[in-house]
Amino acid sequence: MGSQGGFGQSKEFLDLIKSIGEARSKAEEDRIVLHEIETLKRRITEPDIPKRKMKEYIIRLVYVEMLGHDASFGYIHAVKMTHDDNIHLKRTGYLAVTLFLNEDHDLIILIVNTIQKDLKSDNYLVVCAALNVVCKLINEETIPAVLPQVVELLGHQKEAVRKKAVMALHRFYQRAPSSVNHLISNFRKRLCDNDPGVMGATLCPLYDLITIDVNAYKDLVASFASILKQVAERRLPKSYDYHQMPAPFIQIKLLKILALLGSGDKKASEQMYTIVGDIMRKCDSTSNIGNAVLYECICCISSIHPNPKLLESAADAIAKFLKSDSHNLKYLGIDALGRLIKLSPEIAEQHQLAVIDCLEDPDDTLKRKTFELLYKMTKSSNVEVIVDRMIDYMININDSHNKTEIASRCVELAEQFAPSNQWFIQTMNRVFEHAGDLVNPKVAHNLMRLIAEGFGEEDDTADSQLRSSAVESYLRIVVEPKLPSTFLQVICWVLGEYGTADGKYSASYITGKLCDVAEAYSTDDTVKAYAISALMKIYSFEIAAGRKVDVLPECQSFIEELLASHSTDLQQRAYELQAILGLDANVATNIMPMDASCEDIEIDRSLSFLNGYVQQSIEKGAQPYIPESERSGMTDVSSFRSQELHEVSSHALRFEAYELPKPVMPSRVSPIEQSSSNELVPAPEPSYHAEMHQVASSVPSVSDPGSLELKLKLDGVQRKWGRPTYSSAAPSTSNADIPKIQNGAPQLDAVSSSSSKAVSYDSRRQQVEISAEKQKLAASLFGGTSKSHKRQSSGSQKVPKTNIPAAEKSHVAKNATSDTAVLERTPQPPPDLLDLDESAVSSSAQSVDPFKQLEGLLDLNQDTSTLTTSDASASGAPDVMSLYGETTLNVQSGGVPNLLPAGRDEANLLSGLAGTPNRNGHGENTVTNPTQQLNKGPNAKESLEKDALVRQLGVTPTGQNPNLFRDLLG
Amino acid sequence: MIHFVLLISRQGKVRLTKWYSPYPQKERTKVIRELSGLILPRGPKLCNFVEWRGFKVVYRRYASLYFCMCINQDDNELEILEIIHHYVEILDRYFGSVCELDLIFNFHKAYYILDELLIAGELQESSKKTVARHIAAQDSLVETAKEQASSLSNIIAEATK
Repeated sequence: MGSQGGFGQSKEFLDLIKSIGEARSKAEEDRIVLHEIETLKRRITEPDIPKRKMKEYIIRLVYVEMLGHDASFGYIHAVKMTHDDNIHLKRTGYLAVTLFLNEDHDLIILIVNTIQKDLKSDNYLVVCAALNVVCKLINEETIPAVLPQVVELLGHQKEAVRKKAVMALHRFYQRAPSSVNHLISNFRKRLCDNDPGVMGATLCPLYDLITIDVNAYKDLVASFASILKQVAERRLPKSYDYHQMPAPFIQIKLLKILALLGSGDKKASEQMYTIVGDIMRKCDSTSNIGNAVLYECICCISSIHPNPKLLESAADAIAKFLKSDSHNLKYLGIDALGRLIKLSPEIAEQHQLAVIDCLEDPDDTLKRKTFELLYKMTKSSNVEVIVDRMIDYMININDSHNKTEIASRCVELAEQFAPSNQWFIQTMNRVFEHAGDLVNPKVAHNLMRLIAEGFGEEDDTADSQLRSSAVESYLRIVVEPKLPSTFLQVICWVLGEYGTADGKYSASYITGKLCDVAEAYSTDDTVKAYAISALMKIYSFEIAAGRKVDVLPECQSFIEELLASHSTDLQQRAYELQAILGLDANVATNIMPMDASCEDIEIDRSLSFLNGYVQQSIEKGAQPYIPESERSGMTDVSSFRSQELHEVSSHALRFEAYELPKPVMPSRVSPIEQSSSNELVPAPEPSYHAEMHQVASSVPSVSDPGSLELKLKLDGVQRKWGRPTYSSAAPSTSNADIPKIQNGAPQLDAVSSSSSKAVSYDSRRQQVEISAEKQKLAASLFGGTSKSHKRQSSGSQKVPKTNIPAAEKSHVAKNATSDTAVLERTPQPPPDLLDLDESAVSSSAQSVDPFKQLEGLLDLNQDTSTLTTSDASASGAPDVMSLYGETTLNVQSGGVPNLLPAGRDEANLLSGLAGTPNRNGHGENTVTNPTQQLNKGPNAKESLEKDALVRQLGVTPTGQNPNLFRDLLG
Repeated sequence: MIHFVLLISRQGKVRLTKWYSPYPQKERTKVIRELSGLILPRGPKLCNFVEWRGFKVVYRRYASLYFCMCINQDDNELEILEIIHHYVEILDRYFGSVCELDLIFNFHKAYYILDELLIAGELQESSKKTVARHIAAQDSLVETAKEQASSLSNIIAEATK
């Protein structure tokens, strides 16, 4: 088949691929590609290139572009190739343009005509190729050009065409919903298509439509449920089976749709309970795809109107996921738990240990997911532990996108659930210190406001205590190097406002600190502005208090520097400060009142205090003020512009062929032209059309006025309508964070390695130990224990581990009494007296619970029948066995037929594929399909042929390019 | 929705890229570099998913080749993992014991197959047989087209002699 007739490319191309395969560095690869680009540039412009050759050049261009280089010089040739009548070349051309061009590329206009023609072709393969391009390249302006044909193709006799037409229409809907709004009913019709492929494809647009407007599709609930039932009952052709599951991809899509339709709708949900329950029961939880369907069922159950029976089976499935050895399933389990927790919060408590395991897992993906779960289950009772953990985690990551997300979550949780303002300020300080440049500036203002306003209670002493503790902490922090700008702004503001308020620090001390800040961050104008304003406040407070102001020499030089600053804002602030220094106490109190940042300032928007001045000026003969709206000459510009815009947007592009010139021409056309156009009239339409096409295909960049005009308009339209191209949302990592990360990295390593060591080496011996620690964490996370206990537990988390000598550790497993002694070290949580609601009950239960459970663990340690340990150890042992069993099986089934092609057996991907899951440790995919095994027989011959061919071409594995082959052989 | 499909070798060499969402060329290079840095060093026992720029990238390793697909936050990762496998199975059936070398030299064919499987970032066909049949039809048509073209050129050559 594919590779039998050789690779079908010239020696030259094969050499290129070979040399790139051999390239040792990216620089070398780039050099080779740049050379190739030069060659192609030269070759491709030669006259009379044979078409076959041209096709290869196009494929080489694709290759160059795939490697990340610019091949735009050849785009036009790819476009030209789409015009070819030979389907072979046309397909290559189409492939190349879909890979080269984006939907807003200028060249698309040159393909539209070809697409229109091809959509009408008798050959369904040509139509399919054209529809592929339609899906990728047709944009909002060109939709009208192909829309009628695509709609017509929805009824094509070939199912492949109908399917692609549905997808194309879906794409149109995504691009410009308004353009196809009237055609939406077609999707409903196609749902009843007798080809399952078309029906499956129709689910994609329907899912989108239902997401936008659920209510319009409530009538389809029964249909979807019955389709799902039929699919699950294997009514679809056998060819849709995948790993013994009946059409799982269609099932998943349907479950997604049902989840949308049943959300918050009891009546609709009732229609789907039976089938969803059936599917959950039938799911084969040993295969990946079975678990994918199972997971989708859980998502569906958690979205629709709750049903206790289904919730129960969903909880069971989650338990299975979480207990699995596969990280993938654990991940899904955590995700599913996060979904279900909204409906039944108590479910989390069953899995607390599993969740904590995931939280401490070395796999970052799993960790992140677990933090997401914690974020979802945060309450005022566990906010401290969770936010604490989140910040610890945040400090150690350097992916700015992730960091931003976690930082903003910390802020959100802290704002929502903060148990005390003290804690809130401390938490905010930590967040700002480590991710200050990533959080929303609004958060900084919230923090300043909170410090200024206090708790809202009329308790002034608490407020001033809060402020002085804030000042104190900031004075401590401010000496640290490289703080984020936002945080410095907060610090400067607080120091200025409250630095001297409690009289603990002298004005010269605070001003000295502020000057240090301004000096250390001399490139940051905003910080400097905050600093000088803070100085201004402190000096005026001093003046108001009647003390003598002595300006430190460094402050003096700082002020002088700003007096000459390029920034007018800084200059103004400096001059204001100078002015204030010369004022007396009375005036200073008036302009800079103490602690007045929260007081409202009345603003006279009409500037009535100037009325007298205005009156005076008018009397002296000044021109009266005319409001902008009443001025006449000014309006022209703006209205002119809007008019112009309107004109541009109202010009729609036309894609129909030009109409034949009419004999009657407008009067201003000269008689000569008129006669020539008259001559044209008798010409039959087909030839005219062909001529047009020829012109377009031979010289696409032809500069006839028509196309030029079209292009110009397109530009205008594009600027207005063009979609913004993809732009990275991630801001660059702040410099300030880098040293922290470097410092943090080894720490993280040490922690993770020690924990993994603990788990892997003597996991069984330490089981009790670890779970004691985890129990505590679990209790603080999941139970409603008192706050004071939580803080203790989070602080002393690592204590037992380090304190207990190794000898004692080994004792632990055997000796129950010594262990309880260990346990007694952990502080007994005092019952929470403040929480009088449900948490009071649970907290008392919780405070006993861990110990009880632990006792159970210890007593029964020998026979390991307690839930937690038995799960871990029991599931560990048999799984390993079964894995091995499957491994050997696989080696036999995959390896034997492949022995024939000497030395190349492992090069085949599927045998590698059979190996990967084994290495991954999940047994799910090791079952190679019987069909695949059948394939292996004849494939041995093919592999041999491939091998021979490759050797013939000189790209042998034994040659000088081991890099290209080593891994496949290994 | 799938935003893009990447095939990267273990050494970080690009074997195939298909972008369903608009990414300018510069951005593409950056994305590939970022993701190879993220995915290639991951151990075998870890999740087959990584979170990246608010998206999720699902990857799977076959011999020395990594198949990666980028999806939205709310998509089903395990399903995507199986779509990757589905694609590999189809490739395997088409090439006969597919190996990385097949994809290196026949990357355009891998593209054609991908186009039959995914369209506009959605799974369009979940039946292996249907995809295989369609690809075979295209191949045979290409063959006949080639023959026709050569016979036609022969006739022309004869006539113009």
